[in-house]
Amino acid sequence: MKKTIIPIGPYHPLQEEPEFFMLTVEGETVVDVDVQIGYNHRGIEKLSELKSFDQSTFVIERICGICSTSHPFAYTRAVEDIEGVEVPMRAKYIRTIIAEGERIHSHLLWLGLAGHFLGYNTVYMWVWKLREEILDVMEIISGNRNNYAMFKPGGVRRDINPEDIPLIMKKLDKIVPTLKMLFKAVRDDPVIHARTKGIGVLTKEASINFGALGPTSRASGVARDVRKDTVYGAYHEMDWDMIVTNNGDVFDKVVVRILEMFESVKIIKYCLLHLPDGEIDLKIKNIPPGEGIGTHEAPRGETFHYVRSDGSNSPVRHKVRAPTFMNLPTYKATIKGEKIADASIILAAIDPCYCCTERMSIRDTKGERLFNGKELIRLSQIKTQTLKQKLGVKETSLEKLVQGKP
Amino acid sequence: MGITTKALLKSLWVFHLSTGSCNNCDIEVLDCLTPRFDIERFGMKLVGSIRHADVLLVTGSCNRKSAERLISLYKEAPQPCLVVAIGECSMSRGIFMPSYNCPRPLDSLVPVSAYIPGCPPKPEAIISGVVKLIQKVKGK
Repeated sequence: MKKTIIPIGPYHPLQEEPEFFMLTVEGETVVDVDVQIGYNHRGIEKLSELKSFDQSTFVIERICGICSTSHPFAYTRAVEDIEGVEVPMRAKYIRTIIAEGERIHSHLLWLGLAGHFLGYNTVYMWVWKLREEILDVMEIISGNRNNYAMFKPGGVRRDINPEDIPLIMKKLDKIVPTLKMLFKAVRDDPVIHARTKGIGVLTKEASINFGALGPTSRASGVARDVRKDTVYGAYHEMDWDMIVTNNGDVFDKVVVRILEMFESVKIIKYCLLHLPDGEIDLKIKNIPPGEGIGTHEAPRGETFHYVRSDGSNSPVRHKVRAPTFMNLPTYKATIKGEKIADASIILAAIDPCYCCTERMSIRDTKGERLFNGKELIRLSQIKTQTLKQKLGVKETSLEKLVQGKP
Repeated sequence: MGITTKALLKSLWVFHLSTGSCNNCDIEVLDCLTPRFDIERFGMKLVGSIRHADVLLVTGSCNRKSAERLISLYKEAPQPCLVVAIGECSMSRGIFMPSYNCPRPLDSLVPVSAYIPGCPPKPEAIISGVVKLIQKVKGK
């Protein structure tokens, strides 16, 4: 059959962010998908290297508006890893509260948009109305609805006011019944079943092979969660469950996310009730030379930060790996053989976040072809050789310099 | 005020364009549509194509790849097209000013009618900004 290419994007009414999908279809069936990104690239890693360790937190926060806690969390952990210090317990609890609040608002946001993609605008409106409650909680704690600016290397910037805790608890209690209703609605609705069950299946093997992270992998039966795997924040202080399901289809991804929100509410409540006294900040003065890594389980999966310091007041190298970078290639496994009508919900099911992912892409000047690592190294070697010929440097002169001979 | 402008101000149809933002402003724009704020009460509506729109809401710091698309979209828009810059990035590029990929601010690419500051601006601020824009066009 004749193949047709359907472009989606870069500015498409379904998408909040600019990104470009090229679906190759045979009749109604999708046979291949290609993703082009780069519309959101802002050079954040370079900016971070221009600023001091403390200022970098604010740039890192603006990698992504939805993960505006996850990135600073991983970054501050990386900086603390260089110095090898432990933040005070109260700061750990406050960090956990903010991180879990962000998880609830991010999952709600995704659930609403998923409803919108499926043509369920009622779900969209209900969920986003509910989301306002959790944004209010965040506003009470930090003073802003998004971009909380709570994190700093060595602790947190603001304390939680004990007078606010009853109000926060009341707001959280208000969320739970609506969440239960939503869960029941999703579980029992035959139309949602028909649209999402058995659609876009990511098998356990494929999930492991692609290295999928977060809810995308947990829906395929891979129990992978940084909060359980490593000890950080206040997660090991309390009992909570990692949600794992086995089918790997869109329905399971929805279920995993909804059930995770209940766990997050549980964690926040525990933290607020058992908030320890003490300092909230270590007041770090100097960062010693060295390198450190930090991870955090963002709503979409593991966020990874690498920071290298040379003893000055700004990072020499800062590398960020967002979860979408790992989850994006799973499209190759999930979308092939599905109908075009299901494409949008499958593309949305990993909860893609392009502003997180876009920090590096390399293409030739015509923009036609992407280079892989090997080709780049080869190009670099060719350039060195031509430069050498141009300057008339002999091959051996470098070795001589190293050995200290003229 | 001509009849076109009068009809335009009755119900502004909005096209939302993200030119390399961190998503926060985009989410707050969408938030305006949801039950707590419900901007559709005032006849404002998000539309899927620039050819249906009266207002171009721009968020983000206009990076090199998006800037071309922004200009071509502005040329495709039916005139008069009002441009609203939402958030710090599209006003002055804010924290991204030294970035190699954000060379020019939005108002050097297309004429901007209103600026809404904030990182991100609250939905209340967005609604108030659009109200001020309407008053400005009316000549008050």
